[in-house]
Amino acid sequence: MLSAESLKRFDREVAKYPAEQKQSAVMACLAIAQDEKGWLAPETVEFVANYLGMPPVAAWEVATFYSMYELKPVGKHKLTVCTNLPCALSGAYHAVEYLRQKLGIGPGETTPDGKFTVKEGECQGACGDAPVLLLNNHRMCGRMTPEQIDRLLEECK
Amino acid sequence: MLEIEIDGKKAQVPDGSTVMDAAQQVGVYIPHFCYHKKLSIAANCRMCLVEVEKAPKPLPACATPVTNGMKVFTHSQLAIKAQKGVMEFLLINHPLDCPICDQGGECQLQDMSVGYGPMKSRYSEEKRVVFHKDVGPLVGMEEMSRCIHCTRCVRFGQEIAGIMELGMSNRNMHSEITTFLGRSVDSELSGNMIDLCPVGALTSKPFRFTARSWELQRRRSVSPHDSLGANLVVQVKHDTVMRVLPHENEDINECWLSDKDRFSYQALNSDERLTKPMVKQGGEWREVEWNVALDYVAHGLKDIARDHGGETIAALASPHSTLEELALLKKVVQGLGSGNIDSRPRQSDFSADGKRAGTPWLGMRIAELAQQDAVLVVGAFLRKDQPLLAQRLRLAASKRSKVSLLTLGGDDELIKLHARRTVAPSQLVNGLAAVVKAAAEAKGVAVPAEVAGVEVCETSRRIAGSLVEGEKKAVLLGNAAVQSPQAAQVQAVALELGKLTGAIVGFLGEAANSVGAYVAGSVPSAANARTMFEQPRQAYVLMGIEPEFDCANPQVALAALQQAKMVVALSAFKHAPALDYADVLLPVAPFTETAGTFINAEGRIQSFNGVVKPRGDARPGWKVLRVLGNVLNLPGFDYLTSEEVRDEVLGKGAEFAAGLDNGLNGVAVALAAPAAGLERIADVPIHFADPLVRRAAALQQTRDAGVPVARLHPDTLAAQGLAGAARVRVRQGQGSAELALQADAGVPVNGVRVAAAHAATAALGDMFGPISVERA
Amino acid sequence: MALLGNIHGVLTAGLNGDHSWRLKDYVARGGYEMLKKILAEQIPQEQVISEVKKSVLRGRGGAGFPTGLKWSFMPRSLPGDKYIVCNSDEGEPGTFKDRDILRYNPHSVIEGMAIAAYSIGATGGYNYIHGEIFEIYQRFEEALDEARAAGFIGQNILGSGFNFELFAHHGYGAYICGEETALLESIEGKKGQPRFKPPFPASFGLYGKPTTINNTETLASIPFILKMGGEEFLNLGKPNNGGTKLFSVSGHVKRPGNYEIPLGTPFSTLLEMAGGMRGGRKIKAVIPGGSSAPVIPGDVMMDTTMDYDAIAKAGSMLGSGAVIVMDETTCMVKSLERLSYFYYEESCGQCTPCREGTSWMYKIVHRIENGLGKPEDLDLLNNVLGNIMGRTICALGDAAALPVQSFVKHFRKEFEYHIEHKTCLVPKDVQWAGSGFHHFE
Ligand SMILES: Cc1cc2nc3c(=O)[nH]c(=O)nc-3n(C[C@H](O)[C@H](O)[C@H](O)COP(=O)(O)O)c2cc1C
Ligand code: SF4
Ligand code: FES
Repeated sequence: MLSAESLKRFDREVAKYPAEQKQSAVMACLAIAQDEKGWLAPETVEFVANYLGMPPVAAWEVATFYSMYELKPVGKHKLTVCTNLPCALSGAYHAVEYLRQKLGIGPGETTPDGKFTVKEGECQGACGDAPVLLLNNHRMCGRMTPEQIDRLLEECK
Repeated sequence: MLEIEIDGKKAQVPDGSTVMDAAQQVGVYIPHFCYHKKLSIAANCRMCLVEVEKAPKPLPACATPVTNGMKVFTHSQLAIKAQKGVMEFLLINHPLDCPICDQGGECQLQDMSVGYGPMKSRYSEEKRVVFHKDVGPLVGMEEMSRCIHCTRCVRFGQEIAGIMELGMSNRNMHSEITTFLGRSVDSELSGNMIDLCPVGALTSKPFRFTARSWELQRRRSVSPHDSLGANLVVQVKHDTVMRVLPHENEDINECWLSDKDRFSYQALNSDERLTKPMVKQGGEWREVEWNVALDYVAHGLKDIARDHGGETIAALASPHSTLEELALLKKVVQGLGSGNIDSRPRQSDFSADGKRAGTPWLGMRIAELAQQDAVLVVGAFLRKDQPLLAQRLRLAASKRSKVSLLTLGGDDELIKLHARRTVAPSQLVNGLAAVVKAAAEAKGVAVPAEVAGVEVCETSRRIAGSLVEGEKKAVLLGNAAVQSPQAAQVQAVALELGKLTGAIVGFLGEAANSVGAYVAGSVPSAANARTMFEQPRQAYVLMGIEPEFDCANPQVALAALQQAKMVVALSAFKHAPALDYADVLLPVAPFTETAGTFINAEGRIQSFNGVVKPRGDARPGWKVLRVLGNVLNLPGFDYLTSEEVRDEVLGKGAEFAAGLDNGLNGVAVALAAPAAGLERIADVPIHFADPLVRRAAALQQTRDAGVPVARLHPDTLAAQGLAGAARVRVRQGQGSAELALQADAGVPVNGVRVAAAHAATAALGDMFGPISVERA
Repeated sequence: MALLGNIHGVLTAGLNGDHSWRLKDYVARGGYEMLKKILAEQIPQEQVISEVKKSVLRGRGGAGFPTGLKWSFMPRSLPGDKYIVCNSDEGEPGTFKDRDILRYNPHSVIEGMAIAAYSIGATGGYNYIHGEIFEIYQRFEEALDEARAAGFIGQNILGSGFNFELFAHHGYGAYICGEETALLESIEGKKGQPRFKPPFPASFGLYGKPTTINNTETLASIPFILKMGGEEFLNLGKPNNGGTKLFSVSGHVKRPGNYEIPLGTPFSTLLEMAGGMRGGRKIKAVIPGGSSAPVIPGDVMMDTTMDYDAIAKAGSMLGSGAVIVMDETTCMVKSLERLSYFYYEESCGQCTPCREGTSWMYKIVHRIENGLGKPEDLDLLNNVLGNIMGRTICALGDAAALPVQSFVKHFRKEFEYHIEHKTCLVPKDVQWAGSGFHHFE
C-alpha cells in the first residue's frame, strides 16, 4: 500500500510518543501517506488506522478535520493562497485573480492537465510576507507579486 | 460532602458531584441534550447553562463541579436567556418536520422548544442539509439534518459498545455523524443509539413510519432471550407489538438493550406464526380445533405409555420457555410415567446431574460484576452470547477489573483484557487446570495432585496472578463451557480454582430461563436431552424447540424424531422440518401473548403478563398444558391462573430463587487427553440462538446473521492441504455441509470453527465433536 | 528576513538572519548557559519559578496569563509522567512571530522548554508546530537533533540525572489547535476539539497527565530572563507588563514584519519602525492583538502605548501581539466578512453556540457585504454574538464575536451605508489600489 520509505517515516513518528499512544502519530502518518499518494483515498486512511491500531472512523475524523489533508485527488502542484485579512490587505485576492488569469482556474479547481490546483487557505502564520501562498503543503512562498507568481509557475512546469 | 443550594433547595452531595447530579438529587430539572448519566461528559450542547453565584458567565451544569456553598439558579434571567439562546441556535438549522418525524411526541428538542414558547425564527438563511446514510438494517440515519451534534451516539460506541463505529467527521457547521465510508453499524448493542439520540436523527429502521408515539400503549415485559432477563417496555398498537424499548432497571439491563432484545419482536408478526392446531393424518396436515388436537395428543401419548411404558415418552423444552410452562410440562410427562424431561438441548455432558449441590447460576448479583477485581471467563463467546453482561465486564475492565479469557476462539470481546488464552475444546479442562496449578504455585501451597501433571504457560500464570491478588474475583463459565463434552470436569476444575483463590464460580447462563428450568424441575430423572435421542423413544413432546438448530447434535435428534411414533410440537411457529417429523403442532403463545416467569442468571424471579392477545388460535403454553393434563385425567391440573402455577413452584412473593448453588459433590478432577484429529468448535450465532430471533427480519439482515463459514487456523489449513481453497466440505457422522473457508489465526490449532443453529450447518453432528474437512 | 528591528532586543539580540540558528551560533550568543547552570548547581525548582514570577512575564500566546504563576500550579513533586508543551500553532491571523523565533532562534525554545520541564517536574515535551510552516518544522527537528547530540535534551542531561525527551508534532491546518486543550487532543491523535475545563491541564493534560502549555515566545524568553534576572526584565517594560515583546505588524504599512520593543512603547513608535503607512495614506483602524481582538479606530490607536493594560483601556486586547493596520482604502464590511468567514470555517463544531453562531454571523455579514443586508441585521448581529459570548467551551466563540461587535460598534455608519446603498462606502478601485499588489516596496 505504501512504500517502505513511508513506513520507515511512520515508525519514526510513532517513536515520538509513549508506546501505548500510537494514535498520536495519526496526523503525521496521514501526512506522510498523502506525500506519497498525493491525496488520501479512504483505503489509505484505513491503512493508516490499521497500522496504528485505531478505529478507521477515528482516523477519518482526523483526516476530515484538518484542512491540509486532501480527500479528493488534487493537481501535481497545489497552491494554497492565504486570503485571510492581513494577506487580503496586501493583495491576496488579486493574487487569486492573477492565478485565475494565468491558469484559468479559481479556488477549489484543478487544471484539466492535472498540473495545478488552487485553493484559498486560512492564515499561514507569515502575514509579514503577504500575500503568501503555500506550495504542496511544504514550501511557503511570500510576497507573491505577479512577477513572483510567474516565476513560481515557470518553476513548476 | 459538599453543600449546595439550587433554586433555593439545599442539598448535601458527595465530592466530585456536578451541578447536574445535585439538581437531580433535589429534583430540579435542568434541560440538556448531550448529557447522559451513562456517558462521559461532553458539555457540547450548552443547553444546561445555569447561573452560578459569583460566576460572571452561565456555566454548564453537566460539567461544572459542585464547590462547597455553591448557589445555583436554573431559572434566573441569566440562565433562561442563555438557555433560550442555545435553543435558538439548535433550531436554526433543524428541519421543521415534526409532523412527519418519527421522534414526534418523544423528542426532547420538540418538548423543550415548546417549553420555551413559540419563537419566531429570525434566521432567514438557508438551512443545513445533511445527506442520509445507510448503515444497516437496524439503525436508520435517513434524516441526518435533524442531528444536533450532541455526540451521544459516538460516545456510546466508544464507551459502552466498546467499538467506535460512528464518528463526527469534518468540522464547524459541516460536522456530521457518519460511519467510515458508509459501512454498516454492526455492534450487537447498536439499537441503544436510537434511544440515546435526543432528536429524530437516528431512528429505528424496523419501526420507522409504522406508528406515532402517542398511538402506542406501553406495557412491561421481560426479554425471553439471553440469561440477563432485560426489562422491556413493549409498545402496542391495535393488539400488535410495534416496538420494544428498554425499561430501565439498574440491577439488570440499566438503560440498555441488546439488538436481539430490541428487534426480535418482528418475529411475533411473522408469516410463519402457527395460528391453528394442526394434526397430520395419513401424511396430510389438517387444521383442527383445540379439543380435537388435544384429544389426539392425549390418546396418542396414553396409548404409547400403555403399550410401551412411560419411559418411551420423552419431552424436551426450550430454556426460553416460561417457568410455568416448564413446570406443567414436567407434570404431564411425570403423569405419563416418564422421567425423560430436559430443557438443556445444547448440553452434551450430563455427568454432573445428581451431583449438583443446587441450581447453577451466576454466583452473584449482576450488578456485582462491576465490583470484581479479577474475572476469568471460561469457554464463552461472551459478546454474542450475553451482550449486556459483556458490557458490564467491559466497563469494569476499563475502570478497575482485570478481565481474562480462556476461550475457544479469537473473537474480539471489545474488552480491555488482562490476559487471554485460546485452547481447543478438548483442552478446556487442562487450560483451566493450568491456572489452578499456577495459582497454587503463586500462593505457595501444595498443587492439587489431580492437576500436577499439567503444563503451565506464562498466560496461565498471569491469569492466576490476577485471581490470587484481588479481593473480589470470579470464574465465570460461559455457554461453550456448559455445552462442551467435559462440562462437569470444567466445572469441577473451576471449583478447585475457586477454592484455592477465593473466587466465586458462576455460570453466565445460556437462556432467559436456564436457571428457571432447574427450579421448575425440568431436569431428567431418567433420560436427558442427549440420551433421549441416542436411545430413540416412541414419542416426543417438544416445547419451543427446533431440534435442527437447538440441539447439541441435530443429526441424532432428527433421526430419533423421524422414527418416533408420535411427535407433538408446541410452538409459536410453523416450520418446515417439523412438518416432516411431527404429528401434531400446537400453537403456543410467545412471551408477549402469555403470562409467565423467567428466572435470570442471578436468580431473580421476573413475572410478566401478556401484552397482546394471542395470535389466531394460539394459546399460552401453560393453559395448553393444563388442559392437556385435564384431558389426560391427571390430578393437580386445576390452576386458574399462571400465578397459581408459579406460586406452587416458588412459593409466594419470593424475589430470588432458593437453592442456588454451583457446588458439585463427588466429581473427581481428571486431566483430559488431547483429542485425536480435528475438533469442531461451534458458536451459536447471536441471531440464531432461539426461534424468535431466527425469524426477526431485520436482525436476519445484519452482519451477525451472515452464513456461517468454516474457520481454521492457517497452520491447520496447511496441514490439511487446504491452502488456497475457497470452499470446503465439513463432515460429521452421516452429515456434511459445504461452506466458505476462512483462515483465522484466532482459532486454536486443529479446531474447525463451524457455527451451529443455522440451516447451513444443521446436517452436522456434535457441536464440539470430531469433524473432518476436505476441499469442496 | 521578517525580523526587522528592535528596541532593547532580548529575544532577537544578535540574530543575523538565516545564518544564526544553529546550535554553535546559539552557544556563541551565550545559549544553554542557563540550563547548564541550573543543572550544575541543582538550583531548586521554586527558585527558578520565583525568578520567572519576578519578571512578570505574561503568556505571549494571547491570554497574557502570568507564566510563573502557571508553572506553580503544576503538582511538580507528584510521581508519574508530566509534560511541557510548547504552543507553536500560531494561526491567529496577523501573528507570525513564533515562526521567526523558530526560524532564527530555535535553540532558545529548546532551552526554555528544558528549563521549564526542570522547573515543573516534566520529563516529556512536545512542540506543536503550525501545519503550514513545514520548513520551520523541519528546521526545528534539525535543531532538536543538534540539542540531543550535544546532550541538552534526552536522558541524564549533562550528567545531572535530569531526563527530558522533547519532540516536535506537526499540525495540519486547524486554527483551533492553538487553543491549548484542542492542541492536546491533537497530539493525542484526535480531532482538535477543546476540552471543557475544569479539569485544567495542570491536573489532567496530555494523556491525562499534568501538563503545562506555553507559547513559543514565552518559552523562548525564559533563558534570557533567567540570565538577566527577573527584575531587570520587568524593568524593561512597565509594571505588570514585564519585558520586551515581539509585535507582528501587517497590513497597510511600508515594512510589515516583526519588531521587538519594550512593553509600553507608543504605538506611533512601532508604526514608525514599520516604515509608516503604505503610500503615506491615512490610518483608519488597527487590530492590535491578532484578529480575535476588537478593532480600534486609528486615531485612538495613535494615542495608545503597546502594553496589556493600555490596550485594554483602549477597548481591545494585546493578545498575541499581532498588529493589523488598515488604512482609508479599507472596506470595513469586507474586512469583517473575511474575519467572520475565518471563525466560521475554523470553529471545531462541537459546541452549539459556536458551531451555529459563527455560521449565522458570517452569513449575515456576507449578505450585507453583497448588498442583501436588512436594516435590522446590525441589531440581529449584536444579539447573536451576545448569545455566543461566554457560552462556549473555549474562547473561540468570544474570538469570533469580538471582531463583529467592535467593527459594528466603531464603523456602524459604514455598515449602514452598505445596507442602504447595497455597495461599499469605499469605492472598489480605491480598495484595489490599497492592496499595493502591483507595487511592493
Ligand atoms: C481559539 C484560540 C486560539 C489560540 N491560538 C493560539 C496560538 O496560536 N498560539 C498560542 O500560543 N496560543 C494560542 N491560544 C492560547 C492558548 O490557549 C494558551 O492560552 C497559550 O498557548 C498559553 O501560553 P502562554 O501562557 O505562554 O500564553 C489560543 C486560544 C484560543 C482560544
Ligand atoms: S467554541 Fe467553537 S472552537 Fe471552541 S469548543 Fe466550541 S465549537 Fe469548538
Ligand atoms: S447537557 Fe450540559 S452541555 Fe449538553
